[in-house]
Amino acid sequence: MRREDRRAAGAAAGLAYPTVMLGTLFAIPLGIMVVISFFRKIEGGFYEPVLTLDNYARFFTAFFAQNLVFSLWVSALAASIAVAFGFPFAYLLTRLARRWQVPILVLLLCVLSLSEVIVGFSWSVLLSRTAGLSNVLVWLGLLEDPEAWSPSLAAVLCGLVYLAFPYTVLVLYPPLARLDREIVEAARTLGAAPATTFATVVVPMLRPAIVAAAVLVFVFTLGAYLTPQILGRPQHWTLSVLITDQAVYQANLPFAAAMAIFLAVVGLGLVAAVLVLARKRGNAA
Amino acid sequence: MSRILSALFLGAVLLFLALPLAVIAAVSVNEKKRLLFPPVGFSFAWYGDLVGRSEWLGPVTNSLLIAVLAAAVAVSVALPIAYVLWRHRLRYARALYAFGLIPFTLPPVITALGFMIFWNAAGWSGSMTNVVLSHGIFLVTLPLVTISLGFEGLDRALTEAAATMGADDRTILRTVVLPLIVPYVLSGYAFAFVVSLNEYIVAFMVAGFTIETLPIKIFNSLRYGYTPVMAAVSVVFVLVAALVFGLIARFGDLPRLLGALGPRDR
Amino acid sequence: MTPAHGVSLLGVTKRFGAVTAVADVDLELPAGKLVSFLGPSGCGKTTLLRIVAGLETPTAGQVRIGGEDVTGVPTHRRGVGMVFQSLALFPHLSVGENIAYGLRIRGVDAAARRRRAAELLDLVRLPGVADRHVSQLSGGQRQRVAIARALALEPRVFLLDEPLSALDAKLREDMQVELRLLQQRLGITTVIVTHDQREAMTMSDLVVVMGHGTVQQAGPPLAIYRSPVNAFVAGFIGSTNLVPGRPTGPQQVAALGGTFRVPGLPPNIDGAVTLSVRPEDVVLHPGGAGGENRVAGVVTFVRDVGASVETYVACAEATIVSVATPKDRDAVHAGDTVTVELPAAACVALPA
Repeated sequence: MRREDRRAAGAAAGLAYPTVMLGTLFAIPLGIMVVISFFRKIEGGFYEPVLTLDNYARFFTAFFAQNLVFSLWVSALAASIAVAFGFPFAYLLTRLARRWQVPILVLLLCVLSLSEVIVGFSWSVLLSRTAGLSNVLVWLGLLEDPEAWSPSLAAVLCGLVYLAFPYTVLVLYPPLARLDREIVEAARTLGAAPATTFATVVVPMLRPAIVAAAVLVFVFTLGAYLTPQILGRPQHWTLSVLITDQAVYQANLPFAAAMAIFLAVVGLGLVAAVLVLARKRGNAA
Repeated sequence: MSRILSALFLGAVLLFLALPLAVIAAVSVNEKKRLLFPPVGFSFAWYGDLVGRSEWLGPVTNSLLIAVLAAAVAVSVALPIAYVLWRHRLRYARALYAFGLIPFTLPPVITALGFMIFWNAAGWSGSMTNVVLSHGIFLVTLPLVTISLGFEGLDRALTEAAATMGADDRTILRTVVLPLIVPYVLSGYAFAFVVSLNEYIVAFMVAGFTIETLPIKIFNSLRYGYTPVMAAVSVVFVLVAALVFGLIARFGDLPRLLGALGPRDR
Repeated sequence: MTPAHGVSLLGVTKRFGAVTAVADVDLELPAGKLVSFLGPSGCGKTTLLRIVAGLETPTAGQVRIGGEDVTGVPTHRRGVGMVFQSLALFPHLSVGENIAYGLRIRGVDAAARRRRAAELLDLVRLPGVADRHVSQLSGGQRQRVAIARALALEPRVFLLDEPLSALDAKLREDMQVELRLLQQRLGITTVIVTHDQREAMTMSDLVVVMGHGTVQQAGPPLAIYRSPVNAFVAGFIGSTNLVPGRPTGPQQVAALGGTFRVPGLPPNIDGAVTLSVRPEDVVLHPGGAGGENRVAGVVTFVRDVGASVETYVACAEATIVSVATPKDRDAVHAGDTVTVELPAAACVALPA
């Protein structure tokens, strides 16, 4: 047995560098952030190590509570739209021949790598009164006068859905690509038209994957920071915007940290819940 | 009938995805500052400004340098974890893997704030190294997932076969594992590189007032002094991304990298 | 030709957590012979092979190769050549580079490596493919490359884990003969793991039948076939009729509603026994004739597979299967009444 123990020890040594890196540069920052969230802010932008729950209590004031609810709601909506369109899109994508799949995948990756600021900017142009889609509609004779559709809630949603869409497709891609083709063919031989097969076989089969994707995308859109600022008015600013505002401009690190921790807990909590549910269903099956 | 509907649906979505790209491209070659529809005037002048004027060249260089180094850091942390997890199946490696998934799964503002507080507390912030290290850890998830997917497709018996032929662990790593995992390492690097180039909030909170990366410069430009050069920059970056991903697609198995089964997996 | 080395397993046990894969195995594998580890899935045969290779460390016990204790020696210093079930050919190397891999890491120069690879390809009757890529070969060809690679360093022991399971039936049979001839030519101590008892019977000098982590019986193929020590071995090797019965006197067993003379019945046995009779030993007499070791039965099913005919007969509550070639057989049909004879010499008494 000693040889196997020596082996394991050697292997663990190879993990020393990643442990140090992730430990000092990720675990410790998170830890400090948790600690600071309990500190009290003092004038001049610093904080004193006095433990208090004030920062978390501020959540329940009208302004921040409203903002929190708004952020969660708008992210949930954007995620739902992204998944509702993204799932059929991903399904059709995986049915295509490889030589069509690959260029589309490259396009999706390019769009995914677009900076949030670029996405915000280009949608602000597209929804503007002078050079946007409404101008195209006027030119086509479908609209009387050009309109400005941004900044607005709809614009923010549009931007968020655009940001989330490639991510949704890429998250749904593995389970859909691995879907056993013969199951679909079996449904076909039993008389189901393609649309029926999709609705009655594919969707129910992949329900866990869809839910997992929806949660991941939800957490992803919670992270949008520039989109609400570029495409929306101050009342549309989400939690990420507020956190940065408190941290950088209001110099209130403890409160920013508290909000960030809360956001992290919500995000990770949801992801963990989905994973646990998926494992349970896997065991029950 | 359903095939036509499917094609229409796919086409509509692809159009939706392509519209912003078209807009940026249009802005970048627009003669005047303000874009009108129908467009007036055509010019490549803004692209010239990009290399000609240091106010843009500086951020471009910063972003490129950070991306090259940060992607390397990310890969250097991800590769050992993925390897040990595959070869020895240690429980600790699995825990590290799960931990390494977190930075990118969280809303970025959280990681960014964490880094900001950390560097401030350490008494050292605002330098390129801060950004490189922060990006490196933030982006670990990408190569971690890509490289692990690569390992998934490797037959573990390959290492055992090499052992029966006299290769010790280090030789196995050098002659069998690394040659086979290099494509996945490269694509993990490429993903991290592209994301780092376009990343705003971590860079901003860690060193936003001392170092201007390209996304920071673009946002500032939006707020304080709009110029179409930012569109030209974006077009260039999109082309870089397209080139990188196109190369990966050309020489590698892109569907497999993204999670589909390979030809021999079934 | 390097001198042959025998393998000894002394008290070898392997536990994975709460599961015991191999329990207290003692085996002597003679030098220069071909041994099969035979058994159903999960019986521990692959684990035992991997212990010989050094890929698993035994929880207890010792492994010796050529008399030398190698229990603590890691795989890469053990001098074993192994063919894996998945073949494990390196996808990034050509055929020749695969075969010469062991030589390369030892520092042998390129010219010598090429010569040796060509030599081995000739040995496995696959000349001229050294520069091809592994993916360009067929399944049978890859099989030979794996064998060539395993033999490149002239190992002391040659190990194969279900080497032929991925091949189709015809190819498998041809490869069995080829592998056997190769092994005899090289005189190398060889261990093959298989679940196919016909493969084991065809190729081996020694068959080790394993079940539930222990050695059930070890011996030459025909000895095991003719004299299985228990029902597990009898049922696993070839097919057999297993008939429950009760001893009623010296060399006498009551079964199937009749009495049978069983010369090999141990004298002081009490309690139930199982009689094992191979289908090819069962004799069918049409109609109802009397005689020693005979009972009446009704034919339920006849299967004619061309070279032989299988007849299923219901006797009392049991079904007896008889196999005969069409030339030896009287024609019987389903529904006929026949007399089934289990000749005394063919009855093997096993503990129940």
